[in-house]
Order: sequence, then structure tokens, then C-alpha cells
Amino acid sequence: MLGYYLDLALRSLRRNKALTALMVVAIALGIGASMTTLTVFYVLSGDPVPGKSDRLFFVQMDPQDMNGYTPGVEPPEQVTRLDAETLLRDGRGVRQALMAGGSVAIEPDREDLRPFYLRARYTSKDLFEMFDVPLRYGSAWGDAEDGDRARVAVISAALNDRLFDGADSTGGSIRLNQTTFRIVGVLDEWRPAPRFYDLTGTQYGEVEEVFLPFSTSRELSMSFSGNMSCWERYQGDQTESGAPCTWMQYWVELASPADAADYRAYLVNYYEQQSAAGRFERPTNVRLRDLMTWLEFKQVVPSDVRLQTWLAFAFLLVCLINTVGLLLAKFLRRSGEIGVRRALGASRRDILVQFLVEATVVGLAGGVLGLGLAWLGLWAVRQQPASYADLASLDPVMLATTFGLALAAGVLAGLLPAWRACRITPAIQLKSQ
Amino acid sequence: MLHMQDVSKVYRTELVETHALRHFDIAVDEGEFVAVTGPSGSGKTTFLNIAGLLEDFTDGSYRLDGVEVRSLDDAARSRLRNEKVGFIFQGFNLIPDLNLFDNVDVPLRYRRMPAAERRRRIETALERVGLASRMKHYPSELSGGQQQRAAIARALAGEPRLLLADEPTGNLDSQMARDVMELLEALNAQGSTIVMVTHDLELAARAQRNIYIIDGQVSDLDLAEAAARPLVAAREA
Repeated sequence: MLGYYLDLALRSLRRNKALTALMVVAIALGIGASMTTLTVFYVLSGDPVPGKSDRLFFVQMDPQDMNGYTPGVEPPEQVTRLDAETLLRDGRGVRQALMAGGSVAIEPDREDLRPFYLRARYTSKDLFEMFDVPLRYGSAWGDAEDGDRARVAVISAALNDRLFDGADSTGGSIRLNQTTFRIVGVLDEWRPAPRFYDLTGTQYGEVEEVFLPFSTSRELSMSFSGNMSCWERYQGDQTESGAPCTWMQYWVELASPADAADYRAYLVNYYEQQSAAGRFERPTNVRLRDLMTWLEFKQVVPSDVRLQTWLAFAFLLVCLINTVGLLLAKFLRRSGEIGVRRALGASRRDILVQFLVEATVVGLAGGVLGLGLAWLGLWAVRQQPASYADLASLDPVMLATTFGLALAAGVLAGLLPAWRACRITPAIQLKSQ
Repeated sequence: MLHMQDVSKVYRTELVETHALRHFDIAVDEGEFVAVTGPSGSGKTTFLNIAGLLEDFTDGSYRLDGVEVRSLDDAARSRLRNEKVGFIFQGFNLIPDLNLFDNVDVPLRYRRMPAAERRRRIETALERVGLASRMKHYPSELSGGQQQRAAIARALAGEPRLLLADEPTGNLDSQMARDVMELLEALNAQGSTIVMVTHDLELAARAQRNIYIIDGQVSDLDLAEAAARPLVAAREA
């Protein structure tokens, strides 16, 4: 019967092309606007480490003095070097990594390239495995390299393309800050959105071009780049282990989300030990948030994107209401036909399904046109200067969502008109024909 | 075939109650050709709508081909209507966007019949009414008489036990009316049970049995007495 209803729907839609076009365009505009904003929202609010994010935790603790303390205050978003190194040494998680951003100068071997600066990430070896970082060539460095402050580096795919034309450069070398580093790994395409592991800078930018052992970066006094917060004057190097400054991120991977309570207890215990030793002054104040909770807490999705998404769905609703009106007029004008069909054996359900199929066809046609409009809309978003602009494109999930939304829009728009149509009293229509 | 006992139909609005049928009794046997006459507003169409399961009744009992219809839900009534009843309307009621083939196809579609069987029945039905060569034509391309014959083919295609005709010749000139009436008589001769509502006492006289309805009840008047009655019934509120 579905094929019969589909045939009837197409005949009916062809009969009044202008009205059909009006309904399709109304739905297409709503779908186009909704899918444009929803895609941006989806890209910005996605899970950057799918399948694992509930086991990745961001550590915060408050090492500051009592100056300006208010009970219940949120701890700093970063930790001190001393705390990061201590937690890393304890190694209570399945994996853990400390990290900070930096900047290094590179002197390419190639004569056609002049020296330039690179964004770097100083970290420990677990970062790669913990965050499921894809590697095109080689591997991450190991414990030995972290401990030995080895001159090793993992470089991005883009840098590898630029310096080595995309060839396998592992085993080769790279000159950073006048020091030769051995390339042990080359990243594959990796663009977590947001760049969750360090939200102090650009939240949706590219990842760094080079990753180095943190221990090596400190031995070579490589420059730090990022946010640093110090709570008292410090005469020495603020990146030293004992400096009263928070400037590092610390992530831990646990075996299961249920292990978070134990790890939090460990952090509390650590905090209390530091308090007993006189290093921490404030009442115990630690936080342990899993990745998605952390992103939510940080409200990484810009508020204007949220607002635009709501507005677009409100617009879709207006378009749907408009379509409901048009469908209602169209269906009720066919009361005579409905009466005849009922007399010939159609049940109310048959009439309901026939008209719902017609509405769904309108919805799907609107979806196809709306997909084109969404594609145009996303192209327009990509021309904007926002840091996330280049991420705005349709993937298979959003493509399927577009058709799902179109289908739902068609059914929703057709529900009331089809219901009214199936309640028509046949006897009255047959006499008045 | 059709058995109504003590059937009443009351239309209610906020202010008025109208008794369209009251204590209505009728029995039509299989193979009969019954003409139902009566003045306008006497309840003929209401009777036909109830007989064709297009309207509910307020009280009483109605058995169609042995099935008590009162307690049936919409799906069951629709199925029964589709299988047992064929309608012939005064205004033909063909669907203008469908050609004759597709118009005759409509009741068969709701019976979920296989395509080959539907095709066979459609062709047979259109042949029976002399329109086999016009099956790709649209209703607007046919004369009134041809449209009514197409409507009869549509009613026949489902091979119903009962044909209900509401003023089947009302919109036709006398020649076409004669053709359609002859067709109905031929169908009856082949075994179809026909109940025809008409104003036309000449046509009614050609039926095997006449029933005269007045004020929503079956009257004892014969056709000659009925002819002397006023054309419009006094409605009671």
C-alpha cells in the first residue's frame, strides 16, 4: 500500500505545483537554517575522544595562599609544576600526562625555507595513547626519553608535509632552538574539536606542530606560551618547580568512571599532606571532572552559537506551522475524494496514512533542498573569522540527521491535516459532490 | 442480506433533535431489486448511508449479510463495506485525477489484492459496462452516462453482495437513464442484490419490490398512493 500512497502523493503534488513549491521551500528554509546552526553546534560540542571521554579526567587543586580566599571558590584551572610532576611520579592512573604550551624556533635543513617559529607542546609520553592520538609514522617516546630528557620529538602531519614532503621522517632530525631533535613519530590528521586538553588558549584551533618531552623542554629552558597565574612575587624562573605559579594542565586516564572516587580521595589525601607540610594554606579544594563535564563547565560552545541554534529551530517551527496551514487547506479541499475513498472501503487509518505519506514526501523534498541551503550556509560560516569556522562542514552523521529532521518535519506538519482529513464524514461529502 | 430492526437515527445539535429514522424495519433478501422512494427529507439517504455503513445509527439492530454491525469499529466496518457493499451515486463520484482504470482500482486497493487479480477484475468490470476501450480516459473525457457506467464498474469490481444506488439516474438524460437502468436490471438478473433510492416512481416501478419511506418510517402505502403524496416531507423536531 505504501507504493500506492506514494503514487497518489506524487500525483497530488504535481496537480498544484505552485502550492507544492511553496510548502517545499518553507520546509527547506527551516531545515537549511536549522542544519547550518546545528552542524556548527554539533562540531563544537562533539566528544573529542569518543568512547573514552568518561575515563579521562582533568585535575584541579588550589595551591594558593589565603589572600583573597572565599569559601567554595573554584580552584585554578591549571596546576603548579611541582604538583604536576609529583602526581605524574605517583602514577595513580592507568595513564597520565602533564603538559604546557610553548614556542620554539626551527631551523629547517632545506635551503628554500627560512627559520620560523612553531607552536609546541611540552608533555609526557602518555599523552598520545591517552588521547588516542593517531600516528602516521613511528610512535610516541617512552619512559626512558622522559627520564633522560631526551632530544626527541613528535611532529604534526602538516609540519612533516612542509619539511619532508610527507615522507616518513622518523629517525630523521629537526633543529629546534639550535638543538637537534630526533623525530620519533609523525601525527596523522588530528584536529580534536574543541582542543580540549588546553582550553586556556584558542579553543578550536589546530593542534601544536611539535610535541616534546616536558623534561627536555625545561632542561633547555624552552619558552612557555600560555596562561600563567602566580599568587606571590617570585624572583626566579616562574616555570621552576618551586614557583608559586599555576601554568600546567594535568590529565589522568582511569580504568573506569567508577575509579574517579578513589582518585579523588588520593587527590584529597595529597592536598592534606601538602597542607600538613605547610605548603597549601586553603581548606582542601580539589576538583576532578571527566572530559565532557569539563567542557560543559567551561562552556566551550560559544553562547552566540547556542542562541543561533535555538533561533534557527524557532524559525523551523514557524516554517512548519506555515506548512501545516497549507497542507490543511490542500487536504480539506479534497474532502470529496476522501468521502469516495471511505465509501469504497478506506478506513480512517488508510486515509491518515495516505495523507501522512504525502506530507512526508513534501518534508523529504524540503530536506533535499534544505540540504543544499545548509551546504550554502556552512560555506558562509567558513568564510567567517571565527576560530571554529573551518570545522563547519556536513559529515555523514549530520547528513543523516538532515534527512531524519526532514522526515520528522514532514510527519509533524502532516499530522494535524491528515488527522482532520481522516475524520471527515463521508456521507456528507458524497451527497454534496 | 440486509436486515434492519427498530433502527433509529437522531441528529442532535445544541438546540434541535431531528429524527431521521424512527423504529425503522426493513429486510432485503439476496437477489432482490428493491426501490426505496419517499418525499425529500423522509430519510431515504440516511437509510442508504446506514445500510452502506457510512453512518452510525442511534438505536436498533442492523445485520448485513449476517454480521451485526453495531459493535464494529471503524476498521472492521470499512473492511465489511469494502467487501460487501458497492455504491452507485447520483453524482457518479469518480475521482477526477484518476483514469477509469485507476478509479475502478480504488476499492480493490483497499482489499490489498494482488496486482494481477486487480487488473483482471478491472478489465472484466469495465467490459461488463461497455467501457473496456476507455480505461485510460479520465472522467472529464466521458459523457454523464459513461461516467455512471464507470461508477457502476467500480462498484462491481469488488464483487459485492449488495449494490446501493442513490438516485443513479438523477443526473442523466432519459436515454442515458434508460441505459443505466437496463444495466442495473441486467446485474440483478445475474444475481446482484440491489437497493435503489429514487424519486422517480417510473423507475421504482421497474423494481421487484417498492418501499415507501415517510417521516423516517417504512409506510404501508403502495406506489400509486405514494404518487399522490406531497414531494417534501414534514420534518419533526
